[in-house]
Amino acid sequence: MTGAEELRALTRKLLDAYPPATTDRTDFLRARFDAGLAWVHYPAGLGGLDAPRALQAVVDAELAAAGAPDNDPRKIGIGLGMAAPTVLAHGSDEVKRRFLRPLWVGEEVWCQLFSEPGAGSDLAALATRAVRGDAGDWIVDGQKVWTSSAHTARWAILIARTDPDAPKHRGITYFVCDMTDPGVEVRPLRQITGEAEFNEVFLTGVRIPDAHRLGDIGDGWRVAQTTLMNERVSIGGSRIPREGGMIGKVAATWRERPELRTHDLHRRLLDHWVDAEVARLAGERLRQQLVAGRPGPEGSAMKLAFARLNQAISGLEVELLGDEGLLYGEWEMRRPELVDFTGRDAGYRYLRSKGNSIEGGTSEVLLNIVAERVLGLPPEPRNDKDVAWKDLAR
Amino acid sequence: MTDVTESAEPTEPTLDLLYSETEEDLRAAVRALLADRAGHQAVLGLIETDSPYVPGLWKPLAADIGAAGLLVPEKLGGQGASHREAAVVLEELGRAVTPLPYLTSSVVATETLLAPAGESEAAAGLLAELAGGRTVAVLAVPLSTAPGAELPLTGPVAGVADAAIADVLLVPRADGLYAVPAAEATVEPQTPLDLTRPLARVTTGAGSGTRLAGPEATGPAVRRGLLAGAGLLASEQLGLAEWCLEETVRYTRERHQFNRPVGSFQALKHRMAQLWLDLVGARAAARAAADSLATGSADAPLIVAVAQAYCSKVAVRAAEECVQLHGGIGMTWEHSAHLALKRAKSDQIALGSTGRHQDAIAALVGLEPPV
Ligand SMILES: Cc1cc2nc3c(=O)[nH]c(=O)nc-3n(C[C@H](O)[C@H](O)[C@H](O)COP(=O)(O)OP(=O)(O)OC[C@H]3O[C@@H](n4cnc5c(N)ncnc54)[C@H](O)[C@@H]3O)c2cc1C
Repeated sequence: MTGAEELRALTRKLLDAYPPATTDRTDFLRARFDAGLAWVHYPAGLGGLDAPRALQAVVDAELAAAGAPDNDPRKIGIGLGMAAPTVLAHGSDEVKRRFLRPLWVGEEVWCQLFSEPGAGSDLAALATRAVRGDAGDWIVDGQKVWTSSAHTARWAILIARTDPDAPKHRGITYFVCDMTDPGVEVRPLRQITGEAEFNEVFLTGVRIPDAHRLGDIGDGWRVAQTTLMNERVSIGGSRIPREGGMIGKVAATWRERPELRTHDLHRRLLDHWVDAEVARLAGERLRQQLVAGRPGPEGSAMKLAFARLNQAISGLEVELLGDEGLLYGEWEMRRPELVDFTGRDAGYRYLRSKGNSIEGGTSEVLLNIVAERVLGLPPEPRNDKDVAWKDLAR
Repeated sequence: MTDVTESAEPTEPTLDLLYSETEEDLRAAVRALLADRAGHQAVLGLIETDSPYVPGLWKPLAADIGAAGLLVPEKLGGQGASHREAAVVLEELGRAVTPLPYLTSSVVATETLLAPAGESEAAAGLLAELAGGRTVAVLAVPLSTAPGAELPLTGPVAGVADAAIADVLLVPRADGLYAVPAAEATVEPQTPLDLTRPLARVTTGAGSGTRLAGPEATGPAVRRGLLAGAGLLASEQLGLAEWCLEETVRYTRERHQFNRPVGSFQALKHRMAQLWLDLVGARAAARAAADSLATGSADAPLIVAVAQAYCSKVAVRAAEECVQLHGGIGMTWEHSAHLALKRAKSDQIALGSTGRHQDAIAALVGLEPPV
């Protein structure tokens, strides 16, 4: 176990050896990874020191005070939040060593090839096929959709059907897919914000070496649970100061623009302010509970609150702005490099936040999870669980 | 009416909250026209061009169907109908999220001219042009302006809806209401949240144009125009919300996940059923606003404020639910849910915010705020 003092000392040593002012950003981040200060709770040799997760804050504070560069999590959210914990939990040693360092440093962007036109909330119904080739590798054919960052990604986490005769949850296998494979075609899908943050991805004869399989053949649904649980925590689970996130934007407008204030909006602003502060405290409490670093279904609560608040607050902000709320920055179609829920103008935030209750599992599905897994309520009767996937209606 | 109701103590004025046969015929004609010429896909194709207005659509609606003249008496060149019929047209335009200057020209500007037309030949002439659908005029005030709000009397005015397609701008100034030909004004487009209702910054030279009304008559004329606009906007919001619910019901009946239609999940059923309940209220409120304007009821300012305070939020919620219950497809540009969402959100600000309408209600019914 590495304590706070030791981490502080290691961080200073890193800063001495690689002064941020004179060190190339990538070199610094690589050195930080190699020193075990990337994510201290990861194993030694893989960017961590097997230290308690909570101590990351000690390292981050030291580095921020020294003006050290960070790995710009907004560009590599899927890698950091979803691919990394899955690779760590289910990858071979070789896979972990190959992928985690460039992932964390940000040299390789990741995307998530899960959802399909016919398999969204019902992800386990997915139809993309992976068939064993002569060389022992896998050949993948199918279509994925809503793939954020596919246009910047070097690698993807991918789930595909390897056994159509098994019931749907049991015939899935989990892979790391090379986005530069000639069989991968990425087409932009434009969003209501005007931007194309997500994409359609067509997979035609894509070859994946068996070494890039995560977990056992047919065990992909279980592996995917690691990804999905982490996804829910990574959307809305980040630590923020008071008035961080969406509420900070509208609070700033309120303070700077007295001429916009009305009684009606004041009450509603305060309602949201209280809810946002309580959500922040609930997140803080959750983190304190997660000493072991295993996100449970409680993570869903944070994502639910995050989506609801982001939508309500940005909606209020558009109303508050009145004349300006009727305007929009620009509609030009772009393929952004990063995902920023609180960026740009109020209209953008309002529209983008609509996705928060859909991406990473819809709010309805998350409420089902809370009802069934947290409260233990009986599940809906199901007719799709024990039938061979190939016999399900599509 | 029976003797009983006639002899009863009159309290609130009796409102006709139903649709007449003529109104339903009008609706059918407008709906057929829009379905034929201005489906959502056509609108999606136009919103990013220089002009989102569907080419060639204004004349059949405004002149051939006669929708532009509904508020104008026959002797002034109109159809001699009323706000009730215009409201039905707006329900249809709301359903289809059609980019047309109907609310701005055929309701707000037209209503603004009704009183001045009795005094001024110029006003009467312009009114007849508007009623015939030959000319489009818009009131040069920000779209957010509530009935009774202070008006910008000098300088450029930003956020003027449909100025881009207007032939004439009605400009309230300190010394009266002026008609300024658009050709003599500067109209600079702004980037709107709702691409189906273009906004622009309008600058007119001081003293330019023709005076239609004197300083005393201007305030009341504009207030009347905005009141009619706010009241009938509720019908646009109603139509929009109805489309959102219908489309969501249709989609969730078809979309299968977990080997069943997602609409079979009670979590979703209840959400749609709740929306339907809200629509029952919205329809009553929108009809009440239209009828009270049509009869010139003294209660109209109150009922209009009620309709706005209620229908604004129903439309926004219906559009938000429409996006949510569609899942990922609802977040895409190619699906028309965002047309409704952006229109509903802008309509919430248009012609007075919810808070402003609530303040108006508070004052009218004597529910004063805390001191
Ligand atoms: C901005 C954005 C980014 C995304 N990025 C990615 C990505 O990078 N990679 C990726 O793989 N996917 C991504 N997604 C896809 C996302 O995970 C899916 O959209 C989501 O899981 C919903 O699936 P669907 O779109 O097919 O909707 P559907 O599953 O068809 O849902 C339609 C409606 O039915 C409801 N519903 C479905 N099942 C139930 C139920 N059992 N009970 C009650 N209600 C139910 C839903 O809540 C929704 O309201 C992204 C989505 C968005 C919006």
